[in-house]
Amino acid sequence: MIRRKELDDGLEQLKGMLIEMGTRVEKVLGDAMRALENLDTLAARRIIADDIKLNQIEENVDLLGARMIATQQPVAKDLRRILVAFKMASDLERMGDLAVDIAKVVVRLDGQTLVKPLVDLPQMAEISQQMIRESIQSYVQENVNLACKMAKDDDQVDALFSQVVRDLYGLMMDNPRTITQAGLISFVGRYIERIADHATNIGESVVYLVTGKRPDLNA
Amino acid sequence: MQATGMSANNLSVFYGEKEAIKSVSLEFAPREVTALIGPSGCGKSTFLRSLNRMNDTIGGVRTKGEIWIDGENINDPGVDVVLLRQKIGMVWQRPNPFHKSIYENIAFGPRYHGIRKKKQLDAIVEECLRKSALWEETKDRLHSSALALSGGQQQRLCIARSIAVQPKVILMDEPASALDPVSTAKVEELIAELKKDFSIIIVTHNMHQAARVSDKTAFFYMGKVVEYDKTDKIFTNPSEKATDDYISGRFG
Repeated sequence: MIRRKELDDGLEQLKGMLIEMGTRVEKVLGDAMRALENLDTLAARRIIADDIKLNQIEENVDLLGARMIATQQPVAKDLRRILVAFKMASDLERMGDLAVDIAKVVVRLDGQTLVKPLVDLPQMAEISQQMIRESIQSYVQENVNLACKMAKDDDQVDALFSQVVRDLYGLMMDNPRTITQAGLISFVGRYIERIADHATNIGESVVYLVTGKRPDLNA
Repeated sequence: MQATGMSANNLSVFYGEKEAIKSVSLEFAPREVTALIGPSGCGKSTFLRSLNRMNDTIGGVRTKGEIWIDGENINDPGVDVVLLRQKIGMVWQRPNPFHKSIYENIAFGPRYHGIRKKKQLDAIVEECLRKSALWEETKDRLHSSALALSGGQQQRLCIARSIAVQPKVILMDEPASALDPVSTAKVEELIAELKKDFSIIIVTHNMHQAARVSDKTAFFYMGKVVEYDKTDKIFTNPSEKATDDYISGRFG
């Protein structure tokens, strides 16, 4: 059936673009954290410049999805695949922006040294990277169990974030001269925490794709 | 007359030995549009025709089971088929107006059922043409031949003709498949208008038409109803994989 071939090809392309976005986001978060640990402003600037690629893929997802809705009239699961692609692309693009925000913090810390070694933040980032990887994996395999696991991982990231903020408050009270840097570092915690929320959204999208029902994993 | 629902109860239809409809039970709610969809040969048109006993006219067809409307099983031997078809009207795939004037096409049914006064017939003709959104286009040529109308107009005339005898249910077998897109849109609009007064059951091959015009959809496959649910549900998240495959064009 000709109509199906066009539709199936389009759906495959959408999937490919989302996998690419996921791979890029996972990498850019790792790069941003490394840049932070090493206070490497050169790497940070590269991350900021590279963000345009993610934006372009998101735009392509929107264009292709819109074209398929207009020309192929998808219904039921086909339609959900396209709706989910829009949502996931927008989540992934936001995640990329948040990684860029981390890189911008690195740029602002140019010439300083870290007031304390990073412990919890890298762990938050690691869990978040795993969440990105597994959310995309759950999408590719249409694995609802793996998608739902995002909620648990997200709780872990949230708990670590609270810990980070508590530690930084202590540091700031002990030594007010650290306030500027500690403030920026707590922002980084917030950015990672938001990235994990978006990965959880992807988990929700996968559940919706498979079951047609929207769960609330971010509760 | 009041619109009313109807229901089929364990309905089976046989062509000779072949069981074309296999014990189908469906409820049709009043003032709703129900679409019957499914691949060619799945039995949806046979089912539709059995709802006003049009299959009686085809040789070798045998029907088992019940069809209820107004507390009456239409398959009972004592049922007056002419009165039944007044209650349950039919619109076919190809417009089939009588070779008469526009006026006479509509007046024919009411006159047959005993209305003689010209004033009364005039009023019925106008009302039916208005309800079918044909009045403005035809009021100045009511007495010219119906065959001079375009295909889309002819089909709306057939719909006007079907409602002239005040049916409760209108059956439509692919009413727009022979029409151009603009005429199709008009017929679809008309269906949305008519469901305020009538219950409508429509067979269509056009999946998106089913999605647009109907409140409920029944998916027929191999003589059975695979799934029957609200149209929104069928076209966004059907319960059966076979339904999803069919409406997504994977088979059929």
